[in-house]
Amino acid sequence: MSYKVITRPLKRIDAREKVTGEAKFGADLNFSGQLYAKTVYSRYPHARVLSINTEKAEALHGVEAVITAADVPGENELFGRFPVFAEKEVKYTGDGVAMVAATSKSIAEKAASLVEVEYEELPAVLTIEEALAHGAALVHTDAPGNFIENTHHLMRAGDVERGFEEADIILEKTYRTQFVEHGYIEPEVVIALPEPYRRGVEIHGSIQNPYSIRENVARALNLRISEVRVIPGNLGGSFGGKDESVMLMAARTAITALKTGRPVKMVLTREESILESAKRHSYKAKYKIGARKGGTIVALENTIYTQGGAYNNKARFANWRASVHAAGPYRIPNVKTDLYGVYTNTIYGGAFRGFSAPQVVFCNESLMDELAAELGISPKEIRLKNCLKPGDELVTGQVLRPGKIPAPLKQMIEEVCSRSDFDRKREEFSAGNSGDEPVKRGIGLACTFRGTGLGGEGIDTAGATVTIEKDGSVNIVSNLNEMGQGMRTAHAQIVAETLGISYGRITFSPTDTSVVPDGGPTVASRGTLAGGNAMLIAAQKLKERLLMEAGKILNCSWEGLVIEDEIIQYRGKEKLSITFDELIPRCIMERGLTLSAQGWYNPGPEELDPETGRGNAYPSYIYGCAVAEIRVNTLTGKLDVDRITAAYELGRVINPQIVKGQLMGGLIQGMGYGIMEDTETKEGYLITRNFDELMLPTSLDIPEIDIILYETDQNIGPYGAKGIGEIGVELSAPAIANALFHATGRRVRELPMNLERVLLGRALKR
Amino acid sequence: MKKIRVSLRVNGRIFTLETDPNRRLIDVLREDLNFTGVKEGCGIGECGACTVLMNGKPVNSCLVLIGQAEGSEVVTIEGLKGKNGELHPLQEAFIEAGAVQCGYCIPGMILSAEALLQNNPHPTEDLIKEAISGNLCRCTGYRQIIDAVKIASKKIARKE
Ligand code: FES
Ligand code: FES
Repeated sequence: MSYKVITRPLKRIDAREKVTGEAKFGADLNFSGQLYAKTVYSRYPHARVLSINTEKAEALHGVEAVITAADVPGENELFGRFPVFAEKEVKYTGDGVAMVAATSKSIAEKAASLVEVEYEELPAVLTIEEALAHGAALVHTDAPGNFIENTHHLMRAGDVERGFEEADIILEKTYRTQFVEHGYIEPEVVIALPEPYRRGVEIHGSIQNPYSIRENVARALNLRISEVRVIPGNLGGSFGGKDESVMLMAARTAITALKTGRPVKMVLTREESILESAKRHSYKAKYKIGARKGGTIVALENTIYTQGGAYNNKARFANWRASVHAAGPYRIPNVKTDLYGVYTNTIYGGAFRGFSAPQVVFCNESLMDELAAELGISPKEIRLKNCLKPGDELVTGQVLRPGKIPAPLKQMIEEVCSRSDFDRKREEFSAGNSGDEPVKRGIGLACTFRGTGLGGEGIDTAGATVTIEKDGSVNIVSNLNEMGQGMRTAHAQIVAETLGISYGRITFSPTDTSVVPDGGPTVASRGTLAGGNAMLIAAQKLKERLLMEAGKILNCSWEGLVIEDEIIQYRGKEKLSITFDELIPRCIMERGLTLSAQGWYNPGPEELDPETGRGNAYPSYIYGCAVAEIRVNTLTGKLDVDRITAAYELGRVINPQIVKGQLMGGLIQGMGYGIMEDTETKEGYLITRNFDELMLPTSLDIPEIDIILYETDQNIGPYGAKGIGEIGVELSAPAIANALFHATGRRVRELPMNLERVLLGRALKR
Repeated sequence: MKKIRVSLRVNGRIFTLETDPNRRLIDVLREDLNFTGVKEGCGIGECGACTVLMNGKPVNSCLVLIGQAEGSEVVTIEGLKGKNGELHPLQEAFIEAGAVQCGYCIPGMILSAEALLQNNPHPTEDLIKEAISGNLCRCTGYRQIIDAVKIASKKIARKE
């Protein structure tokens, strides 16, 4: 099949305005008469709120409103128990107790400092261990044991007891991962204004998931959903993060906008952003694995606790995803997996690119190397032996039937290893490391697989509207959101390909909840898969309409017509043709046809057995494999990543340049997660407050990256494409951990692998 | 607070204004002069999103008090386009290389690269990395940005 528009590295549809500085982000918007808002945050990790005195703040000249829980017209508790304002109790230091709105930023700042809150401190639980300890204080009195509601997910396959009996060797290891900040460069912003033309409220800002925010704002304001209009602006990155805290900002500013009748703008400082936004969940994972002497794995048991923080609405989904992936991309007949979400009086876990995979993949892939070392076989051999192959059954019971769900992992491992010269370098580095040189080199391998789309997490529907205008321009609007990942460009390419027209004709409108119906959240790498399918369906409807009309004009049966290079032509008869530019005005002006169509993609629910967790968890899977080469100075603990060689299977590549950008960006984010980044707290207080303390990778830290893309046929996405946004972040940390072990013989089971852990094998307390 | 009077040239135009002395260059550029291509990411000089050229040198405009900008020549991303709206070679190159994702870091990134190319039209990869090391990008992983600067360097050489 040869394509004209997809599979090509076309320029991003929104690149020009982004390089000229013309693209506006939330903070760049201003509305006349706007007020500036600032939240007053909790002073303690856990305390009773005895009183809130707003008088002094209200008395300040320029202050137009000071609001607290008492001013919330509807429900104060939103999805995941997040309070619009903490009322009787604060449960972590990011809780908002009040918000001020004033005529200038500086007055708002001053006013926020004048709000007086009296607290009575309560005992706080700050770690998974503390939260689970017998007699621990409860974060929520109605959540016994500090377990987060609906977060226990499990997987049961075979019989682990029997499996372990068959094993020649059994290993038990515990791994830990940290809370990680998203670190998007644009801090959160929301502007709410009273709807100018009707009852209701309009909300702009850095909003990842406009529909869920709309629903929650409606609940808080006691409005109907249709009376809340959310228009996300250009997002300066999100990676899953601009959600819970933005929901609260939206509710707070919307209440104030309706109360004062004025637009209310809230832009977070970096410190506020890190304090109040979600983090990657911190994990404590206990693993037990059994294998035969030859390296065949026979049983795996794991119990994973995910730290959810004070409030949480994502662990219920993230833990489910983890339950499907917690045995890794391996054929293991006997598996017993349990995940639990745990409340603590700390910053909270949310969605962050990968959504539980970066944690379980770090654990699984470290464990695979530990097992290989124990068995005395190579990391490559143990993976080749056990990895999923065509015809194998996943832990979910799904069978990898050729032509249905591809399974090219073995081939990918072989290719990545040969391309990176894995075997030879392992020997060469080992030989070189035996001397006294402080700098040691290591090479490490890791692989993964990933369920595409939401799967059993929820209904994976998405919608699109495609409209051809009189002048032949074609506008697209999706109900999924562009955050920088390039989704709109992929959509434009899909529509142009389907309609047989040039990419240059396509324009886009931003997502707007009052224009396109609810398409769920933009998560789970579903922008291309679900959103792209909706675009494809809409474009196909239009194409059919155009061909039928052309058939009437040309006096031939429309089924024989094709559109290619903007010409509608009867197959094999060149004379029977009409150009796109001729056809469009005739359709619209002479025939009165609508050339606007809605596409709706609905893959239907995936079914799962609640007793065993088994079933059709995801409609398909993608795969990845990476090798990292590192250098580590054993005197200083400094670790440099020299090179990453990686392969990814992704169905069909819609735009190779964007795909590589996603994968490389993901690999570097994953590297930061593995060796640099931490969101540290001390006694419940954040000590990582801004970018000087949050160590994000810079241009000086990046390795050479070599990426191999695997395309496969018969996939569920548009033109066979599957989602690629997240898998890139998964492999860096485990590949580096395995390389570090190779270099030093030291196994680091806790992230990040920073200087102290590399050097001392433990973290220094600040 | 007593206001101060400041004159500076931004993107070739002279502006004179009265303002509070505790405001930063970034505030004046964004709020008073509407150069919103200047972005704020951290406010403490760590991310480079607010980078502008001041007398030809890249500076973090969040660290410059407005009084310090008196009499200076400032270039923001809005000042890079040619007279007839044609893109600067760096802007073209960033588009071609796929160096733009969310775009939030891009104005600062391009200005840091511009300062480099002004001084050294044919920088090595290491010099490029160093020149943009004060500009954080959380999306791209930097590879395509570095490639873009190389492409721009070639484009500029061709023009000369
Ligand atoms: S905003 Fe100036 S360096 Fe970050
Ligand atoms: S493109 Fe998003 S931060 Fe650089």
